[in-house]
Amino acid sequence: MSITHTNSNAAGTASCPKQKAVSPEELLLNATRSRAFMTGSEAVAEAVRRAGVDMAIAYPITPQSESMHLTGDLYAQGYIKDYYRAENEFAVMAAVHGASLGGGRVFTATSGPGTLRAMEMFPVWAGSRQPIVCAFMCRGVALPPSIQPENIEMAFLLDTGMIMLHAENAQDFFDFILAGYAIAEQPEVHIPVGVFADGFFVTHTREVIMLPPDDIKLDEYNPDIAPIPPFDTEHAPIRMVRDPLLNKCNFVSYAASASWHQEVLAAAERARKHINKYMGGLIEVENPDADIMIVASGTAVSQSREAIRTMAERDGIRIGLVKVKSVRPFPAAEIAQATAHASAIIIPEFNAGGWLARDIMGTIDNNSRVIAEPRVFGGMSMPEEIIIEVVKKAKGIK
Amino acid sequence: MSKSIITPAKEFEDVLTPDYKDLVDNGPYNRSTPVTVDDLGSFREITEPHPHCAGCGVALGIRLGLASLPAPEDTIIIGTPGCAYFALTQSAVPYSCTAFGNQNSVATGLKRMLRVRHPDKVKDVLVMVGDGGVADIGLDYTLHSWFRRENIATVMLDNEVYGNTGGQESGMTVQGAVLNMAPTGKKFPKIPVFELSKTSGCVYAVKTTVASPKKVGTAIRRAILTAREVGPSYVQIYTPCPTNLKFSPDKSLEYAKEVEKTYYRYEEYITEEASEYLRGIGELKCC
Repeated sequence: MSITHTNSNAAGTASCPKQKAVSPEELLLNATRSRAFMTGSEAVAEAVRRAGVDMAIAYPITPQSESMHLTGDLYAQGYIKDYYRAENEFAVMAAVHGASLGGGRVFTATSGPGTLRAMEMFPVWAGSRQPIVCAFMCRGVALPPSIQPENIEMAFLLDTGMIMLHAENAQDFFDFILAGYAIAEQPEVHIPVGVFADGFFVTHTREVIMLPPDDIKLDEYNPDIAPIPPFDTEHAPIRMVRDPLLNKCNFVSYAASASWHQEVLAAAERARKHINKYMGGLIEVENPDADIMIVASGTAVSQSREAIRTMAERDGIRIGLVKVKSVRPFPAAEIAQATAHASAIIIPEFNAGGWLARDIMGTIDNNSRVIAEPRVFGGMSMPEEIIIEVVKKAKGIK
Repeated sequence: MSKSIITPAKEFEDVLTPDYKDLVDNGPYNRSTPVTVDDLGSFREITEPHPHCAGCGVALGIRLGLASLPAPEDTIIIGTPGCAYFALTQSAVPYSCTAFGNQNSVATGLKRMLRVRHPDKVKDVLVMVGDGGVADIGLDYTLHSWFRRENIATVMLDNEVYGNTGGQESGMTVQGAVLNMAPTGKKFPKIPVFELSKTSGCVYAVKTTVASPKKVGTAIRRAILTAREVGPSYVQIYTPCPTNLKFSPDKSLEYAKEVEKTYYRYEEYITEEASEYLRGIGELKCC
């Protein structure tokens, strides 16, 4: 048997396909879209194709891998200027940090255990004020081991300083990645954006999505208007370091560290108006006047839609829905307002921790109205029946 | 980097510190002949006064290294937590130091992005970190950057101990040494990072000590030049730590001279390709 090895260096030499650079408004909001039928992983690649990414770095993990294979293909076709497979996720996130320091637009993606492996770098991205966009194809992490869908990893990332957008489906995944760059690169924001989707349910299933043409792409990123100049020797020397904030035991250094931290959090707050502009709001509400409201994010939204439809058609029960698109910044005021009238607030989640319920219970009035169920994990699916059961219990219906 | 970037506008000259003006007027930037360790004392160095302990070998290693950059105006240094950053954070080159051990990954991403954005310009990316950063927590990232043949020069300042955290055993500690976390003495020999560099893709590698400043300077210059054009390079410098290895600060160079006779004998490794390149630019004598 003969084995042939292809020279990977031969790839990536393709000249960049002709794409017209357009504003995020044009690409996301105005361009005429056409129908496509594809998986969430393919939708990620279609977003990257239109994102004008300079460099992407990959490391395999299920269920992320396919999206980064396809991103590699985009490199081979000339859409991306550099791409390689690194040695593990910490290395990926560190190299993405380095590449972003260099003043270009970067992309990567990971899943569950990879997210945890790379954990130390996420606050570094935020603290370095880097507009990195990273996709997270959420899955279980160890204890007990699972490669199946669940989004517990989002709980660990809630306070890393990054913006967190939770996609319900492939359409969201495509839109949120492109919106992610538009939001992250605002000079007054300039912090990383994590775009999350529940693995397998979104990555491995095909659905109809609407795409803008592939001969347009996002305008080039302009590092010269960034709050921190690029690390490229074209600008005055800067230091991207923990010292003098670390290892100096005096009030001035504590105050400097604290105010920098506050500025990262403030940057996320300033992202709200851009999320409203490019994503149509931090939340979406259906049946806003219903007595019982379901609040959910990710694919729990889709399952809730099914439950709501069944209850309306079969049982004549009208249930409301709040879809949470932005987890960080957290839409506390929006959720409080949308649920102010509700007698019960049901929060279905694809994780054992119940991070969404915790956030909501901590920010609304009269939180005894919250029913933090159903909650599935370990790869269990969330059939509409178990949501309906919780609703019926809330209404006192057998 | 153009000198104009650091040259103050006329209107602001009088409000800038004499140190800064000294750096602009007498610093090592944009020299037709780069400064070397031989010129120390005759130019404004790019390090500031730093808080290292008396007799610190790491501080000396950094000072020698920074005086040996072939193009300081176009050099970026990537570090990692540890004693090295006390001086490097106070140097007038771009410097990054974030999560412990990530240096060669950060350098990889940065170097590649600089090539994407500035394909026609020389931009040297130098990793300068301690022994724990290279041999322990960052070993896989260091080795993988060499395996991938990244154009990065890596310098290990080997003080054979975790100094900044209070004197713990590192992988580069000599066998038998009693240190924190090695209460009965280290059980295994120094990690052979220098040997690994030769088998892992480095085209140029040197092992030396701060007792030989010219050798340190030449090694760092050649390492950066080969990394620029040929492939990864590695310089391992013994930088004694009197504080944690408990000897008098005035004995640092004696210690360095002593180890040069035993396990830190000078070694220079050059591949044929790197040698050819260095001869071509007059850095090595022909034949």
